Amino acid sequence: MSDKTMTADEVVSRLHSGMTLGIGGWGSRRKPMALVRALLRSGLTDLTVVSYGGPDVGMLAAAGRIRRLVAAFATLDSIPLEPHYRAARERGAFELMEVDEAMFMWGLRAAANRLPFLPVRAGIGSDVMRVNPGLGTVTSPYDDGETFVAMPALRLDAALVHVNRADRLGNGQYLGPDPYFDDLFCEAADTAYLSCERIVDTAELTKDAAPQSLLIKRHTVTGVVEAPNGAHFTSCAPDYGRDEAVQKTYATTPWPQFAARFLGGDEQAYQSAIREGS
Amino acid sequence: MTEVPRPPLLPPTRAEYCVIACAEAWRDAGEILASPMGLIPSVGARLARLTFAPDLLLTDGEALVVRPDGTAEGWLPYRQHLALVTGGRRHVMMGASQIDRFGNQNISCIGDWERPKRQLLGVRGAPVNTLNNPTSYWVPRHSRRVFVEKVDMVCGVGYDHAGDARYHRIPRVVSDLGVFDFATPDHAMRLASLHPGVTVEQVREATAFDLVVPGDVPQTREPTADELRLIREVVDPANLRAREVGA
Repeated sequence: MSDKTMTADEVVSRLHSGMTLGIGGWGSRRKPMALVRALLRSGLTDLTVVSYGGPDVGMLAAAGRIRRLVAAFATLDSIPLEPHYRAARERGAFELMEVDEAMFMWGLRAAANRLPFLPVRAGIGSDVMRVNPGLGTVTSPYDDGETFVAMPALRLDAALVHVNRADRLGNGQYLGPDPYFDDLFCEAADTAYLSCERIVDTAELTKDAAPQSLLIKRHTVTGVVEAPNGAHFTSCAPDYGRDEAVQKTYATTPWPQFAARFLGGDEQAYQSAIREGS
Repeated sequence: MTEVPRPPLLPPTRAEYCVIACAEAWRDAGEILASPMGLIPSVGARLARLTFAPDLLLTDGEALVVRPDGTAEGWLPYRQHLALVTGGRRHVMMGASQIDRFGNQNISCIGDWERPKRQLLGVRGAPVNTLNNPTSYWVPRHSRRVFVEKVDMVCGVGYDHAGDARYHRIPRVVSDLGVFDFATPDHAMRLASLHPGVTVEQVREATAFDLVVPGDVPQTREPTADELRLIREVVDPANLRAREVGA
């Protein structure tokens, strides 16, 4: 069985400009930020990003790496509006496929199930249909005859997710209250990269945790990265909560200054910079 | 045993009328999930759960279903929450950056969607909510900028866009001035009650569309003494509600 461990920079070296990337987590919760920081250090650009948006979207948008975004929202949770996402949208920096958060989930499910679409009772009557003229509908072949949106599969070239623990083979474990949709992102993707707080032996995973915490199965995973504090400044319960101070600095500092101060060096330099205080 | 006399209650504040008006949205709702967004709707949902709607399910805002004291009684991660929405056993009270005469709601952006003047949150779950479970709205500052003739982006579906959507219903809109519903022949928004101290003229002045105003507009009901004590001592002892709606 193959050892899939690699560094964040090795993950990025396997990605290409123009790819469709799914990013796990939700808002400012358990985002694979160490992988996003590695992306920011690279020259990768022209990306289609698929995300329940948080600072991952804000940073990539601010840095001009996004050509097209598929999202239902972008938020920092404790700060409701993502300021760098807002600024990028207001200067027309990228194309947007704005869909409802349930439509988004059904798009991932369709991709994971190798279906071209799934019917969903959402979108009709709203301007989601106006701003996405390519969205089709489908009518029930049964007596009810109801019309639904045919949510197209959100197939991903690569998925990036962050969990609490993983083994070297790519079995991923979440220990917080919500799995979000990280397993679905991995299943919807041709390749998936899993970062984690700590790599442990396989037997260690279920020593103190229930088997249903094993969210991500190794057959869906291409690479495993040990990235302690790798979701920072987003939350990674129960290992740590959101770093509200750094998040506030991020939200209130012009992007070039924030990037220069925190993202000029490698991951180690980032972790030192945040320890020096915001 | 001598009973310690309790000090007389101060009269209800505007914020407390708003709490009552929100709580009333969940009266007789049965064993469903109450999903309040915003502080006063949350206080209202917990008050309803503690008094006249004891079967309601409440969440901690993350992945747990909790009793009013915070004790977990269920697990509801996002994937199950989205499934619950489509099952219909939920009444959500969302915010609205804009809302129009027929209850179309916007939380996505102001101005042209292609290149918005102000980007807001995004459509979030408003399209799925409005086609699947009762959706009410809460507006802490009633103004012409919120109560508009036409929203810039339809996120939550209003009655004029709902067609024959079988599970579409907007039970009420609560603002700091009053309560509104759509109980009119063409489902245009109607003034259902005024919070005490507010006049019809004030509401008309703060609304950019032609609101239906019945001949005799009732006042939002008074909280009972028991409800006031619960709001002040149990549900929101820090008086956070006053920050959302001032006196």
